[in-house]
Amino acid sequence: MKHWNFRLKLGVFLLSIFIILGFIVPFFYQGNPIEWGTYLKNVKPNKEHIFGTTSLGQDTFWLLAKSIQNSFIIGIIVAFFATLIGVLLGLWAGFKGGIIDRIITVMTDSFIVIPSLPILILLGSLMQGKASLFMIAFVLIIFNWPWPARQLRSMALSLSERDFISTAIFSGQNTLKIIVKEIFPFVAGWSVANFVNTILVAIGSESGLAVIGMSSNEKATLGTMIYWANQHQAMLSERWWWIGSPVVAIALIFIALFLVMTGYQQYSALRRGK
Amino acid sequence: MGFYKFLLSRVISFVLVVFIGITTVFFVPRFMPSDPVEAMIGKMTANQAFMEPEAIITLRETLNESFGLEGSIWDQYVGFVKRVIVTQDFGPSLASYPNPVNELIAKALPWTMGLLLVSTIIAWLIGNVVGLLAGFLKDKSYSKAMEAVSIMIYPIPYYILALVLIMLLSYIYPIFPLSATFQGEGFSWEHIKSVVYNSILPALSMILVGTGWWVISMKTLSSGIAEEDYVQFARLKGLSERKIMTKYVLPNAALPQVTMLALQIGTIFNGALITEILFGYPGIGTLIYTGILQADYNLIMGTITLSIIAVAMATFIVDFLYPFIDPRVRYK
Repeated sequence: MKHWNFRLKLGVFLLSIFIILGFIVPFFYQGNPIEWGTYLKNVKPNKEHIFGTTSLGQDTFWLLAKSIQNSFIIGIIVAFFATLIGVLLGLWAGFKGGIIDRIITVMTDSFIVIPSLPILILLGSLMQGKASLFMIAFVLIIFNWPWPARQLRSMALSLSERDFISTAIFSGQNTLKIIVKEIFPFVAGWSVANFVNTILVAIGSESGLAVIGMSSNEKATLGTMIYWANQHQAMLSERWWWIGSPVVAIALIFIALFLVMTGYQQYSALRRGK
Repeated sequence: MGFYKFLLSRVISFVLVVFIGITTVFFVPRFMPSDPVEAMIGKMTANQAFMEPEAIITLRETLNESFGLEGSIWDQYVGFVKRVIVTQDFGPSLASYPNPVNELIAKALPWTMGLLLVSTIIAWLIGNVVGLLAGFLKDKSYSKAMEAVSIMIYPIPYYILALVLIMLLSYIYPIFPLSATFQGEGFSWEHIKSVVYNSILPALSMILVGTGWWVISMKTLSSGIAEEDYVQFARLKGLSERKIMTKYVLPNAALPQVTMLALQIGTIFNGALITEILFGYPGIGTLIYTGILQADYNLIMGTITLSIIAVAMATFIVDFLYPFIDPRVRYK
């Protein structure tokens, strides 16, 4: 805890509130928070319903907790696989060079150049708002691996010039072993920051799609909550607790993740003695 | 020799990247479950009392021909690539037939360009000034406050800010319209006034987010440069802090910021997609959205291809120009 800076502390604190809200609080609720007509409709926040109820008769608080959970699950799945694929391909390309490097570089560049949002909207409309959350996660992985791959390729390029890598090659270790054992420890800190950043991007893309009705409309995520609130004119009829809670939650989650990411970078820089 | 080799490898990768992008854009919409031609014929027969079966068959053939949906998928693909490269013509729009896609894009493009160019440049200017101050005067309390505010705003997605702004400024304090409606036409005062009025809110949502990013990156750059030896030297020479900031720190920190600005302008097409949809703003974003909702192949492919070429072009130009701007970078 010695080098924990203010950003990291604040970020971890905020993030843990949301993790508790998303992953522990739902255990205290029997029943399905997205089921319609469970409660009276359009109840203002009171003791029984601290965030009020929606026009569909759901309790906003339990719905929010479930939505935070699903949004985080998408974010973590996408971040894990995108970082894993990106790190492996990037290190492989930078380390091996030659034709493998060329192929991987062209692939990453093409995926970076393709505007992902229109294609995501296109795929979303293909699935007509009925895609499973895993399908959405899969598509987001396809668009998010190229960033770490591109960054790590350049890191591997400079790392592979170092003496200890040559020693490893001459001592006959295989490529995968060198990448995992010798090179990865040097980029592990960066990968953690990238992992957190990808969670942020994935939650953002999914909720962006969901806000315009192109994600899994029947599942509870922060974006679909906004979508249904918009569909039922929550703003016009001044049901601010319905539209307001997911909007504020997304904003705070993003700030928390960003603080953790930049705070962690400062932390690891301090640990290296810079 | 190094330069030509560099140029050649850049050109080759530019061509490959555009090619792969176009190929992806071609194949993805083909997996759509709905058939646009059948949908259109359905719409026509629903409006008319009766249509001869022969007439329907000829109609189907004409439609297939004009949309480039004839022959095997390979023929269609070759035809599409040829059209993109040789004639730059994306054919008629399926949804608002027979208006050509190029015409629809040409109509929507100035809206998106206007909105995004203005908001990107405003954000860039404000962000760099604030970032420079925050980085150079980093011990002052107000520069810390400015940095804290931008760190709080920057990570929030632009469409969430757009929703907050709609809530605040269209409902609670109804100063701005909920959805864009335009009065007048052409260069009349009335029209210009309504365009500006309708653009303030979507622009504001993007300026807020954009500014945060520029503040953060300019602050990092300028606080790093402020510790370099030549800045210390200038201080020892007795130059005023103001002069050191504008003459010594700013030019060096501005270089990467200019490059980033160029890249941002290249990606302008996707920039405001959801904002445009939320505000009903008549730009490329709304066009892509309607195209996708109506299964309009030609429109989707036209808009996305345009955006791919723009981004690839911007990356190419930036890579190419960078060594000219920054002498520390060499072609390799």
